[in-house]
Amino acid sequence: MLSIESFVAISLIKTVIALFVLLTAVAYTVWLERKVVGHMQNRWGPTRVGPFGLLQPLADGVKFMFKEDLIPPHVYKPLYMAAPMLAVVFALTSIAVIPVGNSISIGGIQTSLQIADVNIGLLIILGVTSLGVYGVALAGWSSNSKYSLLGGLRASAQMVSYEIALGLSLVGVLILSGSLSLREIVDAQSGTYWGVLPRWNIFPQFIAFFIYLMAAYAETNRIPFDLPEAETELVAGYHTEYSAMKFAMFFMAEYANMITVACVASLLFLGGWHGPRFGPPLLQAILPVFWFALRIFGFLFVYIWIRGTLPRFRYDQLMAFGWKFLLPLAIANLVVTALVVAIQS
Amino acid sequence: MAHLSSTIALEPTQDRTMILNMGPQHPSTHGVLRVILEIDGETIVRIMPDIGYLHTGIEKTCEAKFYQQVVPLTDRIDYLCPMTNNLCYALAVEKLLGLEIPPKAQWLRVMMNELTRINSHLVWLGTHALDIGAMTVFLYCFREREDILRLFEAVSGQRMMTSYFRIGGVALEPPLDFFDRVRDFANRFPSKVDEYENLLTGNPIWKMRTQGVARITAEDAIALGASGPTLRGSGVDFDLRRDMPYSGYENFKFKVPIAQEGDVFARYLCRVQELRESIAMVQQALDGMPQGPIKADAPKVVLPDREKMKTQMEALIYHFKIITEGFAVPAGEVYQAVESPRGEMGYYIVSDGTAKPYRVHMRSACLANLQLLPKMCEGRLIADVVAAIGSIDIVLGEIDR
Repeated sequence: MLSIESFVAISLIKTVIALFVLLTAVAYTVWLERKVVGHMQNRWGPTRVGPFGLLQPLADGVKFMFKEDLIPPHVYKPLYMAAPMLAVVFALTSIAVIPVGNSISIGGIQTSLQIADVNIGLLIILGVTSLGVYGVALAGWSSNSKYSLLGGLRASAQMVSYEIALGLSLVGVLILSGSLSLREIVDAQSGTYWGVLPRWNIFPQFIAFFIYLMAAYAETNRIPFDLPEAETELVAGYHTEYSAMKFAMFFMAEYANMITVACVASLLFLGGWHGPRFGPPLLQAILPVFWFALRIFGFLFVYIWIRGTLPRFRYDQLMAFGWKFLLPLAIANLVVTALVVAIQS
Repeated sequence: MAHLSSTIALEPTQDRTMILNMGPQHPSTHGVLRVILEIDGETIVRIMPDIGYLHTGIEKTCEAKFYQQVVPLTDRIDYLCPMTNNLCYALAVEKLLGLEIPPKAQWLRVMMNELTRINSHLVWLGTHALDIGAMTVFLYCFREREDILRLFEAVSGQRMMTSYFRIGGVALEPPLDFFDRVRDFANRFPSKVDEYENLLTGNPIWKMRTQGVARITAEDAIALGASGPTLRGSGVDFDLRRDMPYSGYENFKFKVPIAQEGDVFARYLCRVQELRESIAMVQQALDGMPQGPIKADAPKVVLPDREKMKTQMEALIYHFKIITEGFAVPAGEVYQAVESPRGEMGYYIVSDGTAKPYRVHMRSACLANLQLLPKMCEGRLIADVVAAIGSIDIVLGEIDR
């Protein structure tokens, strides 16, 4: 049993590491997106700052920090200031319950690769990410600009609508694994079906995975559901009136959310960190984290790929798609899953 | 804004509506169009286009120029299809002068004019798709447009403001490998059109965003003076190149694509089909390109070759006279219309018998087409306004002149 001091110390260290990794990942997801979309579109993407433009995120960060932070006179200041912080805080918080691998022991201390191993991890993620809509909605409202208002309205309607389909799509997985703890859900996916097919939830729950994928795009305001910031209609949507670091915070929040949904998808549907383990003990310890990162990378790549391919929905079509297609499909999937599980047991 | 307050009420007319100002600085109003929307939530109650932000005074400027000096101004009216404007102006003045244009110049003009149409349609397709959120198509279109601009540069020395067609012919003999380069492009291009269509035509989201959106009936389109693909998308089979041929278009075989639905998707299909027809016409022009001079035999109007200027005294004198005094055009008036990528582009020129036009008026296809916008958008959503503006393919330089 750990003493309370060492528990706090270890948690702090893990928090710092997780935040560092997450923020770096956010920065390099932006880089990846620019690079991949660039190559899809006959461009190079960033090339100037560092080899392959690898230092571009740093340059962007420096630029955002030193830009003049304009606050238009017509905004409602307290909420205008709070909105980007809310967005980024809620986006970063959910990383706390996401496990990235099995437990490891360093210097005789056994610790799990997770900041807080709570048994309702998934609920926390769903709760925290849905709070993220406040950042967007408040930004749109407090900016006192018509374009921002429309963006904020679109965002709140969209996120609330797709939240339901998103949540329902995950229930099927929960029924299969019988737990809300992310670690146990992953453990339930170890082994194989008939000795060949990995026991990942995506196979019995592929419809749920599809629904989750769609809803996750909508939740994170990405093409084809990027209506809240549809630049050709609403200029920049809810963040029209933001500049410098405040704008960057919305940006960070969006990409952190992308990474969070990628993590959840990997944990719930793609077997988390399961994968072949071989080699010396050190490699054995690192490999699960690597497999996990690889899945997240794959998920993010699909995100970017879609961005390079698809046009944008219209607002009413988006709502119709969410309520009239995804939601019934999610409910049907849930009922079928429940029936099958009930019959089997 | 005095004129504005008298014509457009900027106050909402109902309790539950608000006025949203789109433009003149807005990412998808294609330049400096200003659209004032009265919206109820996201639904359009009223829509009022406001133009005049790109007024250049070109029409008036023409009156202070010699006839040949107007040619570079015509490039700048519609900067996406400079050669079409060159052609229309040159044809109008040639009609007044009664000039006979040698066949090679005519074929060259048709070829360059069709390349210009492709160039213009590529910009339209790219920006239209970008407005609806398909970013990649935009860059693909600009990749091919770049090839065309290089061809323009090779033939005229300029990428955009070409001024290649002159009164009495074309400015220069194309460079040696020019036709090979055009043929190379013409062979490659159809597969590129397939590429754009792969990304858009069958795409369910693209269809959802364009089918049934901003519908306009044939009667309305005719009543409001629409022309070009905007008219043909509503099922009216009318194309000046076929119905009132000019500059040797009667020698070419081509289909005029039409669609019946009158929505954004129909206009999209018409234009994409036109890309294919135009490149086929470029092929025909290459195959049948006649030999001979590229300028009319009219020494008082057409500038002499550089070579002759240095060896023949008459040529030097004509050159000096044309440059310093211009050439007198018989008194009269003329209207010449051509099928520009956007519709009926017409030049109405009045001559008082001097070397400068008395009046030049351009009939702008975009101005008439823009009148359709309120009819297309009322009762629809904000996103549809963007799609509708894209689908009528406006160039503000041409509207405001």
